[in-house]
Amino acid sequence: MYSLENVIKKYERHGQEVTALDETNLEIPDNDFVAIIGPSGSGKTTMLSLLGGMLAPSSGRVVLDGISLYALSVKERTKVRSTKIGFVFQTFNLIPWLTAQENVQIPLVLSGCNAQQQQERAAAMLEKVGLADRMRHKPNEMSQGQQQRVALARTLANDPQIILADEPTGNLDPETREQVMEYLTEFHQDGRTIVMVTHDEAAAKFATRTIRLVSGVVSEVKAEVQAEAA
Amino acid sequence: MKPYSLILKELWQRPTPMLTSLVAVTLGVTALVAIQNITVYSEQKIASDMDALGANVLVLPPSVSLQNYYSADMHGKTMPETYVTQLALAKLPGVQNLAPKLCVEADVDSIPVVLTGILPRSEFESKAAWQGMSMLTNSVGSDRGCCATGITGGDEDEDPASLATKRSIKDLGKDEVILGSEIATQLGTQKGDKITLLEKEFKVLTVLPETGTIDDGRLFAHLHTVQELAGTGPVVNVIEIMACCEDAAGDLIGSLSKELPDTRVITISQVVETQVAVNGLMSRLSWLFFSILLLVGAASIASVMYSNVSERRKEIGTLMALGASPAFVTNLFLGKATILGFVGGLGGFLLGTVLAYILGPQLLDVAVQPMPQLCLIGIGVATLVAVVASYLPARRAAGLDPCLVFNDA
Ligand SMILES: Nc1ncnc2c1ncn2[C@@H]1O[C@H](COP(=O)(O)OP(=O)(O)OP(=O)(O)O)[C@@H](O)[C@H]1O
Ligand SMILES: [Mg+2]
Repeated sequence: MYSLENVIKKYERHGQEVTALDETNLEIPDNDFVAIIGPSGSGKTTMLSLLGGMLAPSSGRVVLDGISLYALSVKERTKVRSTKIGFVFQTFNLIPWLTAQENVQIPLVLSGCNAQQQQERAAAMLEKVGLADRMRHKPNEMSQGQQQRVALARTLANDPQIILADEPTGNLDPETREQVMEYLTEFHQDGRTIVMVTHDEAAAKFATRTIRLVSGVVSEVKAEVQAEAA
Repeated sequence: MKPYSLILKELWQRPTPMLTSLVAVTLGVTALVAIQNITVYSEQKIASDMDALGANVLVLPPSVSLQNYYSADMHGKTMPETYVTQLALAKLPGVQNLAPKLCVEADVDSIPVVLTGILPRSEFESKAAWQGMSMLTNSVGSDRGCCATGITGGDEDEDPASLATKRSIKDLGKDEVILGSEIATQLGTQKGDKITLLEKEFKVLTVLPETGTIDDGRLFAHLHTVQELAGTGPVVNVIEIMACCEDAAGDLIGSLSKELPDTRVITISQVVETQVAVNGLMSRLSWLFFSILLLVGAASIASVMYSNVSERRKEIGTLMALGASPAFVTNLFLGKATILGFVGGLGGFLLGTVLAYILGPQLLDVAVQPMPQLCLIGIGVATLVAVVASYLPARRAAGLDPCLVFNDA
């Protein structure tokens, strides 16, 4: 259960202040599937970073399961991230010099699993996204869609309760897009909370709730509008 | 996978940028290890040479400079043989024995050799007798001082092979020759054989035991025979004086110079001092090379690390998003620096040791053994330098804004 309490995020660059996220109050219950839409530069990524414990707000609190994220030390916040939150990126962000299996192992390395657990878990996750036969492939030996599926497997490795995705389908063709969205839906059905930034109307339709951001101001897209669109 | 396998895998997959900085570190350690190694063994050799030679003094023609005690007579300059008699008659305190030498080039069966003329002690003794001097205790020097166990204490050194260690001989006939061990092997000659030198036939009196010096490659004959055959007249290249230790260090040099003002008098320790000074200089230079190359290495490691960090911003951000703490990221880079430093130090030690092993005998005529303590120093310093040089880049990596993972490409 997430709640943003009076969160404001301002950037200061070259003496100029940009309000990326204006005063926002928002609740995201457990097992929600939220799509964040909005024009470029409206603060979508900023919001996702705030939720992920990667970016401290200028004021206000980001509370996850009763814990104010930015009241924690960096180390504790890192720990929360490694146990509860998984990320999916537009550009996949696989480590190019590691194989698919090794990439999936990274969160497990970071949380201190032993080698055998790492390998078994990574193999199971890759199987889950249908890449059991690509375990020893390097990222550059795989298609974009396959790379994003490896990234999905990596996100699942630590079994996070929340998945934060920034334009997960942005770099994919329509067919693969569909496939990735199906996986995300499946993860949602497994009980996870999913927050997904997207430009893609079709992708947003997989979500159960849509939030529109315009110039840092949040507005809820009416549920019935969404239902109607779907 | 362990955290360190992340470092190794990255190094393994993208070795090139790190190799260049590794080379600088390795060369620094190589220079240090090679020079230090040679220097240490050279110093040991000098110390043992000094032990073997005792407190000998060389009387040389003026304007002769020399680096190597054993080649003191190879400079081609001469002085009158009468100096020898003059010294013998002066009966300076501390002088135990005199050994004049004259070197000429000759050949045996067209093999070029160095023929050294030496004066057996019997010559002095007859001369001294002729001059009406006492033969009882010491034929050339005074009986004062420390020479109780001196070289000419009695007739027990009748064995001609004593030339090898005591640098003088009691008797040597005008048509006899003594061979160094190496040249004897080379010529295939044995005791009792006859050889022809400068058109004169000599009988081989003995072959000297091996000494490890250039004496091994020489032939020794009577000084007067050599003078006659080479047509040099009554001259010598050097007079070696076996002196009592404490006298050699003290007054003897002064009184020798006074007695023979037209000569250069130096002690073995002076000869050695030059070598010691050279060694000291080399040793300091090696630290200088080491420091410079390590600075170069450090600068190049730092710059390679910086570019490695910016090149891997996305990777680092990803690791952070996946739960890597800033400390983990710092350690990732410092760990890499440690590996580089260790490998560079070890490589430098091995390379330097091999270099010293090859060059030691060639440059300074010393046999060199590996010195494990240099391994520790080399690895320790190289690792320290690599880690220090990588500290700021590592901190920068840890301080990266993890949000950069969201920006595409
Ligand atoms: N690190 C930063 N420093 C200064 N300003 C920033 C920074 N990151 C974002 N901004 C500004 O904050 C605003 C919101 O940026 P954000 O990246 O959240 O937008 P976005 O909705 O994700 O856009 P896009 O759809 O293009 O990804 C923009 O005006 C941007 O210029
Ligand atoms: Mg964005």
